[in-house]
Amino acid sequence: MNPFLTLYAAPPELIAHAPALLVIAPLIAACVAALSPSTRWAWMASVGGAIIAFWMAIGLAGEVARHGVVDYAIGGFAPPLGIALRIDALGVLFAVLISGIGVMAALFSGHSLAAEVMKGKRRLFQAGFLLCLAGLLGLTATGDAFNAFVFLEVSSIGTYALVSVGGGRDRRALPAAFSYLVMGTIGATFFLAGVGFLYAATGTLNLADMGLRLATLGRDRAVQVGFAFIVVGLGLKAAMFPLHGWLPNAYAHAPSLITVFLSATSTKAALYLMVRFIYTVFGQHFSFVETFLALVMAPLAGTAAVVCSLQAIAQTDIRRMLAFSSVAQVGYIMLGLSMATTAGVSAGLFHLINHALMKAALFMALGGLALNMKGVKLADFAGAGRTAPWTMTAFAIAAFSLAGVPLTAGFLSKWQLFEAALAHGWIWAAAVIAVSSLLGLVYVGRMLEMIFFRAPIAAEPAKEARFGVLVPLWVLAAASIRFGFDASLPLGMATAAARSLGLTR
Amino acid sequence: MQVTLEFLLAHFNYLVVVFLMMAGLWIVFASRNLIKRMIGLAIFQSSIGLFYITLGKVAGGTAPIIIDAKSAAGRKAVAALAAPLDPAYVAQAGLDGVVYANPLPQALVLTAIVVGVATLAVGFAIAVRVREAYGTVEADEIAACDQSEIKPDARPAG
Repeated sequence: MNPFLTLYAAPPELIAHAPALLVIAPLIAACVAALSPSTRWAWMASVGGAIIAFWMAIGLAGEVARHGVVDYAIGGFAPPLGIALRIDALGVLFAVLISGIGVMAALFSGHSLAAEVMKGKRRLFQAGFLLCLAGLLGLTATGDAFNAFVFLEVSSIGTYALVSVGGGRDRRALPAAFSYLVMGTIGATFFLAGVGFLYAATGTLNLADMGLRLATLGRDRAVQVGFAFIVVGLGLKAAMFPLHGWLPNAYAHAPSLITVFLSATSTKAALYLMVRFIYTVFGQHFSFVETFLALVMAPLAGTAAVVCSLQAIAQTDIRRMLAFSSVAQVGYIMLGLSMATTAGVSAGLFHLINHALMKAALFMALGGLALNMKGVKLADFAGAGRTAPWTMTAFAIAAFSLAGVPLTAGFLSKWQLFEAALAHGWIWAAAVIAVSSLLGLVYVGRMLEMIFFRAPIAAEPAKEARFGVLVPLWVLAAASIRFGFDASLPLGMATAAARSLGLTR
Repeated sequence: MQVTLEFLLAHFNYLVVVFLMMAGLWIVFASRNLIKRMIGLAIFQSSIGLFYITLGKVAGGTAPIIIDAKSAAGRKAVAALAAPLDPAYVAQAGLDGVVYANPLPQALVLTAIVVGVATLAVGFAIAVRVREAYGTVEADEIAACDQSEIKPDARPAG
């Protein structure tokens, strides 16, 4: 039973334009934030824009549950002449997730920016954040391949600039942002080249149309080359092992607001596009029978889950530790997605939702403390559990979810992945998940041991995060617990999305 | 497939695209200077622009601006454009006897160029900030600066 089936979040006149408003609301809010007279106004624009986008996403979730697909022709120009927005069960899952995390990040931004960003730049920073949000939401809504490239770059250019703002506090953010820009641009340009090949083969840019025409084409070298370009390009953006080199530094040195937002949304949006292309444009047969994608993707995903967990254990900087853990988690998600079964894909998407929630909570807790203290090393957080119990309890909940402790959402999604791997006959994948979970327990254990069972040694012990930080933090942590008991909401959406792909198994 | 001289000449544009693309990528990865890496990135992006333009090229096609064939000047222009082409081809493909290039890839490239310029602008801005913070734009020297800052108890970046 889909809980969105009977949800009418907004009046029908508004819902009719929701796919466009989803993107336009944060875009307009970005202009308002840039032009606003004070940082407080900019913050309100940020929260307002994100809330409207979230509202529209929820409204769309209801429409998609009832009708399956929502089509919207921008300006009344029907495709193939106009650019179409098209939201289905897969897109709406990501729209709700990204805009929801956007609201939490916007709430968090008020305090985070005051501590981390120079006074004169905060309004522009909010504008950049909203631009990035608009780009990511546009990605989930668009039904056009070239439009997807543009939205991908709108969001990416925003994040390059925002990561580099961390340079005011920690100059290592600057080279990190630079290499992120270089790798991200190469990824996007690869994607663009791939779209060019597909356009040459099919003569259309509309994703649905392209899928239909590709299905009738048969073997075509141009399509195969385009496929390779698109998978590698999006793999770069999604930090798919071994293309993840840019990620740890970017996450470790960016302002904490951006780490919260990026870790939960940016790589996820690239994964969305990857699923969209692999399953609905190229189709399961092409991706997995003709081009052996599973033979490439699944081993790499498994390697990521193990190797990056080991790397995470070796880190001393707590944010780098979580960043490597992110790459490992992308490995889990890819493992699920590369199974090409409904159970595998839905488990992968479910884990993706959970990972977004818990990583956002973890980085937010660290960010909340870092507002009061300077430390970034694991040792600096010694005893923080005693001096900042509320913040660190939320951190612990999210960390348990990350490790996959029972009664948390992370456990359920790992279990789903495990079962899907066994059902698919991939014993090795199930073993990888088990081993990597144990490794996860090691680095989570290292963090929690340091935070809760050591006496504070720092000259300035960590202070409790501000109330404005605790509210979004606890919403995210509570979601991790709630979905651990009753996962019908995220799992229902993930399953609906996986079913909409029309897989054979 | 046999690669003949005719084949290579017919695909000359694509050869240039491949060369530019590889040259750009090589510059990005081989040079340690941030500015040079941006230059490589610009070449790499331009190669995709050329690729799209080549896709939209129709043999004998002119710029995709519709010529009004009813006016005298228009008729003259149409005749001039159609003269070097095979009449049977013009009759089947042409609008009013004129063959146009596909305008869509050109519009796409225009957008891609705008995106590329924005990326380059941000990249150069970050390079300027790197220069201010580190006093150099050489990647090796930047890494050395960061390395010397790290305390003995910390591991180098993995």
